[in-house]
Amino acid sequence: MPQHTFILNGKAVTADVEGDVRLLWVLRDVLGVTGPKYGCGVGVCRACTSHLNGKAFTPCAVPVDDLAPTDEVTTIEGLPDTVGSDLHPMQEAWLDLDVAQCGFCQPGQIMAAVATVRRAREAGREITEADLDTIRNICRCGTYHRIRQAVLEGSRRME
Amino acid sequence: MPRRHPARDDHHTSGSGEGATPPAATGEAGIGRRRFLGYVLAAPTLTVAAQLGAEALVPRQAAAAAPALIPSLPGPAEILDLNELLTLAALPTSNLITIRVDSDGTAHFALPRAEVGQGVTTSSAMIVAEELDLPLDKVKVTLADARPELLFNQLTGGSNTTYSTYTPIRVAAAVARGRLLHAASLVLGDAVETLTTKAGAVLSPAGALLGYGELAAKAAALTNAAVEVELKDRSDFRVVGTAQRRLDALDAVTGRKKFAMDLQVPDALPTMICRPPTINGTVRSVANLAEVRAMPGITDVVTVSTGVAVRGRTFGQCVDAVRALDVDWGPGTAEGASDATVLEKLRRAELPLVVPALPLLTKAVDARFTFHFSSNAALETNCAIADVREDSAEIWASLKAPIVAQEQIALKLGLPPTAVRVHVTEGGGSFGRKLFHDAAHEAAEVSRALGKPVKLMWHRTDDFRQGRTHPMSTSRVRATYSLGEVLTYEQRHTSVATDFGHGIGELLTSEVARLPVADATFSQTMFQLTQVSPYHLGVTTQLLSETDKGYNTGSMRGIYSPNVRCAQELVMDELARRTGQDGYAMRRKLMKDSRARAVLDKVAQAGEWGRTMAPGTAQGIAVHAEYHSFVAVLAEIDCRPATTGRKIPNAYTGPRVTKVVCAVDVGLAVNPRGLEAQMMGGISDGIAITLTSGLHLRDGHFLEGSWDQYFYTRQWNTPPELEIIVMPSNGEKPGGAGELAVAGAMAAVACAYGRATGTMPTVFPLNHAEPLAFTPLPTVPPVPASPTDGRDRTI
Repeated sequence: MPQHTFILNGKAVTADVEGDVRLLWVLRDVLGVTGPKYGCGVGVCRACTSHLNGKAFTPCAVPVDDLAPTDEVTTIEGLPDTVGSDLHPMQEAWLDLDVAQCGFCQPGQIMAAVATVRRAREAGREITEADLDTIRNICRCGTYHRIRQAVLEGSRRME
Repeated sequence: MPRRHPARDDHHTSGSGEGATPPAATGEAGIGRRRFLGYVLAAPTLTVAAQLGAEALVPRQAAAAAPALIPSLPGPAEILDLNELLTLAALPTSNLITIRVDSDGTAHFALPRAEVGQGVTTSSAMIVAEELDLPLDKVKVTLADARPELLFNQLTGGSNTTYSTYTPIRVAAAVARGRLLHAASLVLGDAVETLTTKAGAVLSPAGALLGYGELAAKAAALTNAAVEVELKDRSDFRVVGTAQRRLDALDAVTGRKKFAMDLQVPDALPTMICRPPTINGTVRSVANLAEVRAMPGITDVVTVSTGVAVRGRTFGQCVDAVRALDVDWGPGTAEGASDATVLEKLRRAELPLVVPALPLLTKAVDARFTFHFSSNAALETNCAIADVREDSAEIWASLKAPIVAQEQIALKLGLPPTAVRVHVTEGGGSFGRKLFHDAAHEAAEVSRALGKPVKLMWHRTDDFRQGRTHPMSTSRVRATYSLGEVLTYEQRHTSVATDFGHGIGELLTSEVARLPVADATFSQTMFQLTQVSPYHLGVTTQLLSETDKGYNTGSMRGIYSPNVRCAQELVMDELARRTGQDGYAMRRKLMKDSRARAVLDKVAQAGEWGRTMAPGTAQGIAVHAEYHSFVAVLAEIDCRPATTGRKIPNAYTGPRVTKVVCAVDVGLAVNPRGLEAQMMGGISDGIAITLTSGLHLRDGHFLEGSWDQYFYTRQWNTPPELEIIVMPSNGEKPGGAGELAVAGAMAAVACAYGRATGTMPTVFPLNHAEPLAFTPLPTVPPVPASPTDGRDRTI
């Protein structure tokens, strides 16, 4: 079986699996990394949102073949390590505002939130209400308002 | 509604509370503290119990005596609502809930309910912490496996969890506290009356301190015994009523929270079903079984009752196999049906209005509202793990009616129920879905057929197209008025049948004779138990009729209330307009209940009702009373072209709710922060079902197949301004909250739209009649290909 090597949460991993299997299933079914959730499988609900080389992406839409050994994949499990802490400031904001209800979408929401803040910063600005309107992640419990507050609060806490 | 609980005196007893004192005088005069019966169980460490439902002592005599549907008298829901019924029905069959105190000082409680995001594990832990005087982080609440001995008392629904478990949990915790005090008195040689408890320890007058952990074994009992206890006075509450964060929040934000599909059960490989192109279609034959079995990663392919099951190493490979199957499909249960054909059936099934010809000077508002099918899909699709062996089975799934699942799966497998273990996992949302065990049933069938464990998950597209729905319905309303007074209000709600086959049906059957609706069908009973007009509208009748059982339906958050109440509040606005009254003032004047009037006043004041707004924007206001609770919602909407014409790729924008003010009174808010969260979610749901989220039925199937087609509320539909006001807790007992806000929000948003556009909306969701905002996915194969362009779409 073909082998696929990439960097997952800071460590090189190798998966023995067919190359057309989407990364979400390589993470969940082969490597046992279950933070990224399945909510649609077609890149719409964004419950599996993780980071590829620092940018938000949906692993359900990336064949593992597409990853090079130097590609860095960060899931919710690896987010705190990116700031060398037990929790990322965005996760702390999430806790302080008690955002989660069922919690199923929350890993994806937090990963999307961090990327949204990063993208604004790269453009030399802070996030706005308009940026919040662009976040596509579904929360079927409807916690959207607390998500908005937490993204703004997490942004304030991110260096 | 009168409350059954006699007032309590101000005296706080901090002693052991155990049987030493004779039962206090209770009842009539409202003097004295009520005493409750709990149990201490024989166990190596302190283990206490209380009967679930024990607090519901006797059904109110009023229930038996009340006539049915006599105009101007209280309707059944005002005498004995669904919560009450669920609680009462538990009485003869209920059993014990137990709390165990371990040597590390932690208390453990297995809650016989489902946690699907509503926060009941946190609120239950708060109740234990309160009565036991234990820090909240020392209380560990887990979800109980199916416990058949609880019979009907393991159903999570009707916003009933806290209402039905509040007192039993307190009683058990109070027994534990009493035992700990007693054990400490033996150790310290102090009289038990002199001891107090605080933060997980017993304190003596001399300052000695004994932790619960070191007392746990000493407080244990050698034999089971009944114990009388008094409960803490509300004025002494330190935990209940304070805003607490969810206890599982850290697990949720770190990805550590485990849902069913995150569990690792040995050899339970991913499994999916290739489903028919029409609702409940059937498999005639499969042309390429061998070919699909040979696909990469696939271990098994087998035909089952709902389609063709594939099992493989990864779900991704299962998707590919499902797509590759060449199946000859037989017809389903809704062949050729469309929204138009269902609407026609609903018209034919509608019950007649009865108000006779109008007297002189009397006018009428006549309206008919249509509520299209909507999806109660959660973000976690239907899923379950099953490991079926020759003579036993084990199931893991989020289930709100786990005993029903256990019994029905046992029946299907030909096993005794005791041979089927059902583990209730954390649920990724419910909204009615988890009342049923569709995936668990399927998983058991597939596991039996293959002789292997399976981790079965529905594809999102199947979840929308073959999953359960909130049934399509219509509401015909006629209200008559004369000289500014409303004389009559008639509402005929007609719905595609709602499936209540999750066990509550049997529960109601056993109780139904007590009700003034004994000759009605089960659905009509549910309707009468849940529907109540908050307004005095003269002669009032609200009736349900049902048609067509060909659809996979179920209760969605609020069951009938969002639609029924939305129709009524729109008619209220129309009556106000025609009689030249202000909509808020008229509601206020006609309001039956002072608590309902108080929440209405609160949102009118906080939301600046009547403020000047730009053309194309407006406010709407509505109340809803249910589950012993009251909510009012004031919504502001923007229907101006610049807003409705917003362009977001693969999205529906439309009118935007720009602000919501919500006031809620649940009598006693155990966790106000959790209550706010429930209101927020209900508001998002109300916005969705009013404006954007419906299913289109064509040619026997639903067109929607993804979250970019079924338009649940998204960030771009979310009100930027949201204020939720929790009213002071003046009650003795917490009312329900999980579903409450949906009806109020739906009605307020619809009323705001009507006032902004000058036209009363009559078809919901509002975008349903517009041209489809998406291209439907094919029905064969039933699920779309997994995309490959993820690298190009990083953001």
